Amino acid sequence: VRIWKFGDNVNTDQITPGRYNLTVDSEKLARCAFIEIRPDFCAAVKKGDLIIAGRNFGCGSSRETAPLALKASGIEAIIANSFARIFYRNAVNLGLPVFVSQGIPEAAQDGDTGEIDLNNFTLKIGGKIHDLPKPPQFVVDIIRSGGIIDYLKSGGTLG
Amino acid sequence: MGLAQKILSIKAGRHVQPGEIIVIRPDMIFAHDTTAPLAIQAVKQLGERVADPTRVIFFVDHVVPPSNIDAATLQKVLRSFANKHGIKVVADGVCHQIIAERFAKPGMVIVGGDSHTCTAGALGAFATGMGSTDIAIAMSIGKIWLRVPESYGITLEGTLLPGVSAKDIALKVCAVVGDEGANYMALEYHGLAEKMALADKLTLTNLAIEMGAKTGLVGEGSECAETLSLDVSDLEPLVAVPHKPSNARPVQEVEDVPIDQVVIGTCTNGRIEDLRLAATILEGRRTQARTVIIPASRTVLLQAVSEGLIETFVECGAFVCPPGCGPCLGRHMGVLAPGETCLSTSNRNYTGRMGDPTSEIYLASPATAAATAVRGRITDPRRFM
Repeated sequence: VRIWKFGDNVNTDQITPGRYNLTVDSEKLARCAFIEIRPDFCAAVKKGDLIIAGRNFGCGSSRETAPLALKASGIEAIIANSFARIFYRNAVNLGLPVFVSQGIPEAAQDGDTGEIDLNNFTLKIGGKIHDLPKPPQFVVDIIRSGGIIDYLKSGGTLG
Repeated sequence: MGLAQKILSIKAGRHVQPGEIIVIRPDMIFAHDTTAPLAIQAVKQLGERVADPTRVIFFVDHVVPPSNIDAATLQKVLRSFANKHGIKVVADGVCHQIIAERFAKPGMVIVGGDSHTCTAGALGAFATGMGSTDIAIAMSIGKIWLRVPESYGITLEGTLLPGVSAKDIALKVCAVVGDEGANYMALEYHGLAEKMALADKLTLTNLAIEMGAKTGLVGEGSECAETLSLDVSDLEPLVAVPHKPSNARPVQEVEDVPIDQVVIGTCTNGRIEDLRLAATILEGRRTQARTVIIPASRTVLLQAVSEGLIETFVECGAFVCPPGCGPCLGRHMGVLAPGETCLSTSNRNYTGRMGDPTSEIYLASPATAAATAVRGRITDPRRFM
């Protein structure tokens, strides 16, 4: 699958700009992901693709349309040096795997081919296998349930 | 104990430690016209139950009155759900301003579907922004999980020079702490901040999220994981240049940059004190830039009418718009064309936030904004003092 590489401080206004996110329809949101700063993304992103980014990914507005749009666009996981707090929570709540890694963002180039194994927490880029730092168990449980709504409905508890 | 830790300990009924995950019952849960619709969808998935509707408020402020069919439809969804479940709907201005005017009290825990929920920390509440699904969970089961944040203490010292305001301090702190320097932490202001007017405290806490903070607070604290002392005595008016709030420069460095639009308002600087300051500069002058002035609430608007400020604004050539978020997030009432520049009293100058991705946003205080409106170029407000 393709790796889409981004730099530092990608904000949620860039992911789903204010003029495009007046909807709760995830398919419509997927079509506007990064529409202004990186229009090739929503045109070419495929199911299973990965986003790898620098520091503070998802900063700014609390809009959950941002992780929702990325998930609906087919993104399988996001790996970044760090995430903004609200975006991290939102992504986990939606069942979109997010990994904090020092090393993987430095090793990945835009357009690289990668292969992620979410059972064993590994990511293969160009023949080299990287370990994905495993999130806290609570977070893993929510992601494996497909998001916090399904996690709670299947008997999961908060905290 | 840090201020946030203290509030959360009282709420949890035991001594909680930074880093600990706690489950608590928020005193107030809110969302607005752009975040409530997704939360409503999630509440429906959880069985459409609202644990305690008296703790929930829906604000209509982001696109008010609605600018198009999509916005109107989302607001219809919000109102219909609120009516069904007995949830209060407030359309009297920007949510954070209304919360400061009517709802926030010291010691409260407030969770809101908006990143600038941190603003209410100026009143001694623990207030933090969350996404729609977290708000839905809080609405549905009445509880939420939180990680008790470490504190980042900022002690302000000295006295401000004329023409310099809380916004300049906030931009300076953003520049020093950095875009994610307070990620996951509670940003606490001490010292001079404790003696400031509420309007100024609200401006300080409003920008906490621009450093990644979970909340902003003002008050006496101790045991902070990180600390910073800042003497504001020699602080000058600052302008955050495109495209990050942390890009503060002294106003002289960017003076005379041509500005197409000036915005005075928003949850950062749309209070009566801000409007009074702007009016002292705008009175008897004509604006050279498209100037949009938006009182943050109906209360602020009425006060501005009674003080004659609105007359001043209308006479100087400004557009006075109804209380709400206005053009801050680029949906209506002052959207930027390709290549246009805007100087705004708001809190975010991200690429394309207020319009075309090639437009540029500068952030500054109400005084700098008013001075800039008069000349159509970035202007040091001290020229008019």
